[in-house]
Amino acid sequence: MQVKDIIQALQLTPRAGANGLDREISGGYVSDLLSDVMGHAREGQVWITIQAHKNVMAIASLKELAAVVLVRDRLPDEDTAAAANDESIPVLSTPLDAFEASGRLRDLLREG
Amino acid sequence: MEFHYHIEGGDFSRAGSASSEVKKILKQLNVDPRVIKRVVVALYEAEVNVVAHAHEGNMTVTLDPGSIEAVVEDKGPGIADIDLAMQEGYSTASPRVREMGFGAGMGLPNIKKNCDRLDIKSVVNAGTTVKMTTFFTG
Repeated sequence: MQVKDIIQALQLTPRAGANGLDREISGGYVSDLLSDVMGHAREGQVWITIQAHKNVMAIASLKELAAVVLVRDRLPDEDTAAAANDESIPVLSTPLDAFEASGRLRDLLREG
Repeated sequence: MEFHYHIEGGDFSRAGSASSEVKKILKQLNVDPRVIKRVVVALYEAEVNVVAHAHEGNMTVTLDPGSIEAVVEDKGPGIADIDLAMQEGYSTASPRVREMGFGAGMGLPNIKKNCDRLDIKSVVNAGTTVKMTTFFTG
């Protein structure tokens, strides 16, 4: 499953890094604490968070995450968007909250 | 092989850039991806600690056939009680830093988990030196 394949179910709007929409998804991780993600997220996961500042992209890049989903219609900061484009890691917004977005992602991954 | 990076205190827009450079080099040198993953976590946390707490710092990474050693040395407030700082959940980060999602008291524990040998030396009101070693085998 690729990032572009979850757009509809999670009601996502790509905000930056659209050149990475064909990245493969291995799972998901939900957290707003950066060191939690740094310590525990795994390569290829979709990171669901409310944090929209540039450091999110530093972590997404170092951990080689598939994408960042910003909940409750958060928009990436300008420098976040620029970093997403540089790294080809998509940042997408959803009107859903973290619980609902995670549930839908889990359902998709279970269905395969 | 030795690499040096400067880390500016307080500049969150650049946090992670030194770790990112090291990661690129390790990948180019075909270091075991599992080792790279661990080293990157430890380096990033050490780098962010300098940005969040210190005035400035330097990262020196030494690559040997059997290990990677990284020394992050800063000028800053130092750590009064290292044992306390090592405890998960303990943090002295400012409210601004916490709002960004840092300062959860997970940085040093993350470092400990992701290197094989950790040595922290600190002098209050002078600075802190964090030495992290990761071996390629075992």
